[in-house]
This record gives sequence, C-alpha cells and structure tokens, in this order.
Amino acid sequence: MIVDVAGLKKVYEGKQRVVAVDGVDLAVEKGELFGLLGPNGAGKTTIISICTTRARATSGIVRIAGVDVAKEPSRARLNIGVVPQYNTLDRSLTIFENLYYHCKYFGFSGPEATARAKELLEQFHLGERGQSYPQQLSGGLQQRIQIARAIAHKPAVLFLDEPSAGLDPQSRIAMWEAVKGLRREGITVVLTTHYMEEADELCERVAIIDHGKVLALDTPANMKMTLGAATVIGLKLRDVTGATALLAELQSDALVTSAESTADGLRIFAKSMDGLLPRLLQLAQPYHVRDISVAETSLESVFIRLTGRDLRE
Amino acid sequence: MSSMTIAPSPMAAAQKRHTLVAFTGLLMRDFRVLRRELGPFVVRIIMQPLLFLFVFTYVFPHMNGGASGNPLAGAGGINLGTVLLPGLMAVAIMFTGIAAVALPLSQEFGITREIDDRVMCPLPVAAVALEKVCFSALQSILAALLVFPLAYYIPSVPVQAHVASWPLLVAVLVLASLVSGALGLAIGANVKPQQIGLIFSIVVIPITFLGCVYYPWGKLDHIRWLQIAVLANPIVYMSEGLRAALTPGVPHMPYGYILLALVVSFAILGKLGLNGFLRRVIS
Repeated sequence: MIVDVAGLKKVYEGKQRVVAVDGVDLAVEKGELFGLLGPNGAGKTTIISICTTRARATSGIVRIAGVDVAKEPSRARLNIGVVPQYNTLDRSLTIFENLYYHCKYFGFSGPEATARAKELLEQFHLGERGQSYPQQLSGGLQQRIQIARAIAHKPAVLFLDEPSAGLDPQSRIAMWEAVKGLRREGITVVLTTHYMEEADELCERVAIIDHGKVLALDTPANMKMTLGAATVIGLKLRDVTGATALLAELQSDALVTSAESTADGLRIFAKSMDGLLPRLLQLAQPYHVRDISVAETSLESVFIRLTGRDLRE
Repeated sequence: MSSMTIAPSPMAAAQKRHTLVAFTGLLMRDFRVLRRELGPFVVRIIMQPLLFLFVFTYVFPHMNGGASGNPLAGAGGINLGTVLLPGLMAVAIMFTGIAAVALPLSQEFGITREIDDRVMCPLPVAAVALEKVCFSALQSILAALLVFPLAYYIPSVPVQAHVASWPLLVAVLVLASLVSGALGLAIGANVKPQQIGLIFSIVVIPITFLGCVYYPWGKLDHIRWLQIAVLANPIVYMSEGLRAALTPGVPHMPYGYILLALVVSFAILGKLGLNGFLRRVIS
C-alpha cells in the first residue's frame, strides 16, 4: 500500500472551531490513480496537506510507502511528489534549472540531474522551453512543468491538488494526457478535484468527500451503477404523439429502470445497454428515429444523491 | 520537529546524508541565482555607502576648506572616515540580510508561495530556514568586503585602519553576518508583504541610525539614557565589533561583550525567525 490514511482528523482551533477532516480512512494501492472528489471546502486540500507533511493531523496516522509522515516528515518527502493548487515554480530559475535543482535537492549527481531534466523536458513536450523562465509561459505549460518537477525524483506517489483549477479546456485535456501518461509509467497518483468529469475521466477509484468525511468510495463505474441508473438514452422521434405506446412498452422492460417522455422524444434510464439498444431501435422504428444519444450517468448525479446538493455550489 | 532522534541509527545516518545533500543543493541554487544577478547585487550594496562617503567625507571637507569641519563626528581627534569605515560595513551587512532574506521571504510567503518547493525537499523544514540565513550571511560578508575599499579610499582625509587581530575580524564578520541573516528571517517570516515598507520605517531605519554606525558607542556617554537604550540594538554590536577589529584607534566596547552580544542576538533573532517560519509553513 502506498498511501495509508487511518482515522485522520484535523481540527482548526480558534475563534471558530473548524473540523476540516473528520475521521477519514483511505488506502491507495501501488500504481493506482485515485481521486478525492468533493466541493470546495470539503477538506480535500487539508487531507493532501497532511499527507504531504505540510499540515499536522489532530489525530490519526498517515503512512506514505510505509513511512509515518508525522514522525519522519523529511524521510517521507523522499517518496512524495506534490503539485499544489498555486504555482510554486522557482521564478528565479529557468525551466531546465527548476528541474535540475529539484533533482539536486533529492540527491542526484550533476550529470544525473542534467539527464533527468532533459528526459522530463522531452517527456512533457517542453523541449524548446528549457531556457525560458516560468513567467514567460502560459498557465497550462507552467502546470505541466510543475507535474514534471514533482515526479523528477521518482517519488512513490504524486499528489495533485486541483490540477485543472484555472486551466482553459485545452490545457486541461493536455494535463489529463500527462497524468494518464504517468499511470502508464506505474506512478501512483492521488488527485483532488471538484470537476466530476475529471474524476470520471482520470480516476480508477474515487472517494466522494463532503464536510471532512468520505461519503462513498468506489470505481466511478460502480458508483454510478449502485447509486443510479447506469445509462441514460435520449431518443428523438419524428412522430412524438404516438410514442405513448412505446413508453408503456419500455417501462415494462426488465432492463429499463424508468422512462419518460420529453419534448421531442423519450428519455430512458437503463440498467445496462447490453441487448437493449437493438430492441429499442426495433420498437422505435415505426415512430421514425431522428437521433439517439447514449450517456453514462455522471458522478454529479451520484453526488446529488448522496448529499442532496449540487457539486458546483 | 525533527524525527531523526527517533529513527534507528542507520536510518538516521541516511537521513543526515539526505539533509546534507538537500542543504547543499539549496546553497547551489542560491549561488546560481546570485551569479546571474551579480551586477544588481553589487550596485545595491555599494550605492548607499558610496554616496554617503562621497558627500560626508569628500564633499563636506572640501566645502569647509579643511578636514575637521564635519557635522557628524564630534569625536575629537578622530576623523569621520575612520568612524564610518566599520559603521558602513555594518550597515551593508545588515541591509544584505534584509534584502537577501526578509524581502524575498515575505514575498514567497505572502504572494508567490515559491518557498513550498523547497519546503518539500527531504530535509527538516528548519534546515530550509537555516540555509537562507547561511546564504544571506555569505552575501553579507561579500557586501562588507565590497564596502571596505570604498570606505578606505574615498575619504579625503586618510582612514586610520589596521587589523589588530585577524581571528577577531573573522569572528565579528561571520557573527555579524549571521545576526543579519537571522534578523532578515525574523522580519521576513513574521511580516506580511504589505507591511514590509512600514517595517523599513519603524525598524530598519531606526536601528541603522541608532546603531552606532556614524559614531562610536563610547561617545554616547553624554546622553547616558541613549547609550543604555541602544544596547538592545544588534547593529550596535556589528559596528562596534568591526570598529574593534578594524579601527582599534577609535574607542570601542570590549571584545568579550561584543562577541557575547552577537551570539545572544543571533540566538534570539534566529529563534524568532524560525518560529515564524515554521508557523507559516506547517499548519
């Protein structure tokens, strides 16, 4: 187990006592891409801060690759890579030097550090940017450099805190690609996000967090399966008026959880697509199918079901 | 804070090695940045003492048609240049500590958060702060050495300087530079970036003017309350220490007191700075 969080609690004492993390247990296996999904203020960043030795837990234990982060923070940091929410690139150094000196901090020799920095520039498609300073680059590129730097010393686990916050859609996709590349390399990744698409797209397992507690923990697919209909099928028909009979027929189908009529057709919530689609098309044929759309239910609907609130609030 | 004592010994040895390696890495990074900014660094150091010396020890004596007519010294028999040489070196040392630690640190804590990448290195967080102080001390020594030729050659009346004791000079220079770094840490780690300007007015300027920079401490004996009050000011010991080491002809405090006071200042400022640093870094 790479990340082992047990009974984690963090209370900020003060005029207003805040319980930021309220008894969290997590176990992240080697090579896993694990997501902490929850709204802002849910306690995700506090969990990451404690895991990365930046905050002290009120109670509970965090072990990274077997090392207790509270007892041996400096040793634990050897196994940790972090990309925090804000940009922490060294503005006095070039991109190449950012990578080079990071390697030096972690005990690489000069030639090793040079080789590693070059390798990372190549891997993250930053080849020609080596001599630029961070301020000269776009936010998306800086984010990619931060990821490159965070894995430069080959940590056991990489923590990404809201990696796509403030990125334009294109940079976000580029960042996703970079993170998927890390998974192929076998690097364990723990990321926080409040974008369900991101958790859905990237993470193998997701913990939904709210008010400092883990509400659910599973693969995105399982979560959607157990907590809602698996698939939503939108059917657009030319002949809407006669579709009532079709609606009734579908509602009695074993694979269909529920179905409703919409302005230009039907919406069907189904347990599974397997076998349903051909039958559906056949049944709908007399009503002239114009368009059909298939969507997995999203983690957002899962979140709403768990908390009664919207994730974007 | 440090866990090294808890770990079994082979691990403790490995951790020591990691700490040393990371510490060296941080120093190398700072050298790299300093090398790139050497020009501005030199200008920043020499501008103030250069103009100060030029006006007070060159222009003024020429205006009065003689050497004795200076408005500041009042130290009968001793010329202003001789008084200023150690004083301006002390100021250069002190300002370097502010510029090398306090200003960047306050920025990094308040705005850029750059410090985070160094805090995530595999060494105790306190060592990151210590590295800042050490590198600042190195720059302070460099600054003092840059000021020396200015203060020696610009005054129209020859400066009476000679090194009475090299070990004393080295000890004072190193200690004064460490105190300056610790002062920078104490300010940088405890002051918000918006308030840094205010700190200049209410701390940096007063401790400079009341730091026995432009006059020897012994000559304050006619204003007894001030003479006692300034003992709380670490700059006094920097100036007096350099005075004792470089211009022993000018009255100065006894060596022992100077060195002791510098060590105590370093301990107090270092502790204040470190506490602030840890509080800002670890929540």
